[in-house]
Amino acid sequence: MKPALSVIFLTVLGGAGYGLWCFLGAALALGMYPYGRGSVLVPLGFGFVLVTAGLIASTLHLGRPERAWRALTQWDSSWLSREGLAALTTYLPVLLVAGLARGHNLFPPTRAAGAVLTACSLVTLVCTARIYTSLKPIRAWRDPHVLPLYLLFALLSGGLWLWTYLAFDTGSHPPWFPLVLALLGVAAAGMKIDYWRAIDRAPAVTAGEATGLDRFGRVRAFEGPATEESYLTREMAFVLARKHSRRLRVLAIVLFCAVPLAVIAIAWPLSWQWIAPVAALSCLAGLFVERWLFFAEARHAVAAFFPQRRPA
Amino acid sequence: MTALPAPAKKKLGLVIDLDTCVGCHACAVACKEWNDGGAFGPLADDDPYGAEPDGVWFNRVHSYEITGLGTRDLGLAQSAMHGTENHSDAFEAISSQQVGDTNSPRVPGPESRVPQMVHFPRSCLHCETPDCVTVCPTGASYKRAEDGIVLVDEDKCIGCQLCAWACPYGAREISLPRRGVAQSDVGRRDSKRGTMQKCTLCVDRIYNETLDQADRQPACVMACPTRARHFGDLGDPDSAVSKLVAERGGYALMPEFGYGPVNRYLPPRPRRELAPVTGPAAPAEETLEPAGLSPVLRWLDRVLSR
Repeated sequence: MKPALSVIFLTVLGGAGYGLWCFLGAALALGMYPYGRGSVLVPLGFGFVLVTAGLIASTLHLGRPERAWRALTQWDSSWLSREGLAALTTYLPVLLVAGLARGHNLFPPTRAAGAVLTACSLVTLVCTARIYTSLKPIRAWRDPHVLPLYLLFALLSGGLWLWTYLAFDTGSHPPWFPLVLALLGVAAAGMKIDYWRAIDRAPAVTAGEATGLDRFGRVRAFEGPATEESYLTREMAFVLARKHSRRLRVLAIVLFCAVPLAVIAIAWPLSWQWIAPVAALSCLAGLFVERWLFFAEARHAVAAFFPQRRPA
Repeated sequence: MTALPAPAKKKLGLVIDLDTCVGCHACAVACKEWNDGGAFGPLADDDPYGAEPDGVWFNRVHSYEITGLGTRDLGLAQSAMHGTENHSDAFEAISSQQVGDTNSPRVPGPESRVPQMVHFPRSCLHCETPDCVTVCPTGASYKRAEDGIVLVDEDKCIGCQLCAWACPYGAREISLPRRGVAQSDVGRRDSKRGTMQKCTLCVDRIYNETLDQADRQPACVMACPTRARHFGDLGDPDSAVSKLVAERGGYALMPEFGYGPVNRYLPPRPRRELAPVTGPAAPAEETLEPAGLSPVLRWLDRVLSR
């Protein structure tokens, strides 16, 4: 699949925003965020910037962005529609939390709003992941790792941003919080490696299977329907990226897992809070690479109809 | 609404004969022409007369090379009954035999070593339960309850392309203007830019009462010079197309996706076994029997034979 930059921005930035809101909402709900009003508003607002930037970027993927509101109508069958509704609904608990946060944040409505914020964020993340896992012709996206991985990445990247903020603002967050993030990073890396192994093993659809001609003999796509590229070959028979996939996989793991782990390992014992942003930024960059590969490495069944092109 | 309608009795669709299709692309051209000018037109193109023409086609013709297609001696039925694995096994057996016995120019067995071309028109299959309809977030993509035709409402489509991603058959193409390509006619064609396009089964022909009854068929079917395309109701077991499918063993494409494609493809018939490909053969000795000739020719033969 051709990597769609606007969708990569949506899933990486939006994912981080919802992940940040998940942690913030959970901390409020559990009464573990006694840092006053400003310390809620800043990460809440940063999440707002990430999520809103992602949503705006996603409309750039549309051929008719001015009609985007129509996407909110088919929630009974379409995961994209559900995602849109969940994304907009999540702004309500954000406003509630912003209005209610003060003092030790133990006021029951504040805690309830925090719980709703976490729930809405998780629902939105699941809807986004389900858009991809529901596409039958793309085997790599049907993989059972895809949904949990998307949640892990959202929590990891969002959590690192919350840690970054707390490290600078209060410096008094629970000491185990970075450890939780480190565990999330290791889990995400492990699961991603598992996913890559799985998609490398999965066979691609062949021309014989696509045309049903394999029952009569061995089939080779001899000629495509046109000499020039078309929407289908550009969008779904994208082969260029797989050439560098090994190096990009390593780069992704280093950026989203190894660097944040190293930063946590240094910052925790030495109390060097100022290096926390390195972890959050590195993770975000790693997820851009990861998400680009998520598209580029996925083969669409329709590519099987076309003659195999050698990678450039 | 993007929810699928209840299963209808009527299932309009195409039956495409891979045996008689000669790969002339007339169906694709006729489709492009009708849908560029018909009620659903125009169909957007970028750089239509330039070096890299690019645009939406509802119907595209591919060509495949098949090795091991059954030959006429033993019949298709036997070879079609073999699964894919049996086929490749048989092929391996033949290949190894060939290596061992180089004196035998002719390949034994039911399969020809000579590759055959099969031309393969690909268009929307108007599936019974397609995901291209249910993934649509706007309700623009829909399946008609009355005849099963899958259509896109261009006034509602936001161009998210999720339906094209959900289709394993490549039936849907979007008309996004390409950057860096001159658009000679962008004004006229702006109305459909950015929306998903697909085969309509010529819904503006098949019910068109201003056309003669004989012309109320999809443009691709009308254009085919070898009558390789047939249109009809595949939900009715007594229709001409359903009988054709039953008679010729028509099959559905990639049924494993569970979309229930309606269109059917008729398999290529077994070919005549061709002469072995072992270099130029010596011309056969021709004999003439003078007794069978007329007296004048017999005399001429005698004179010339001296």
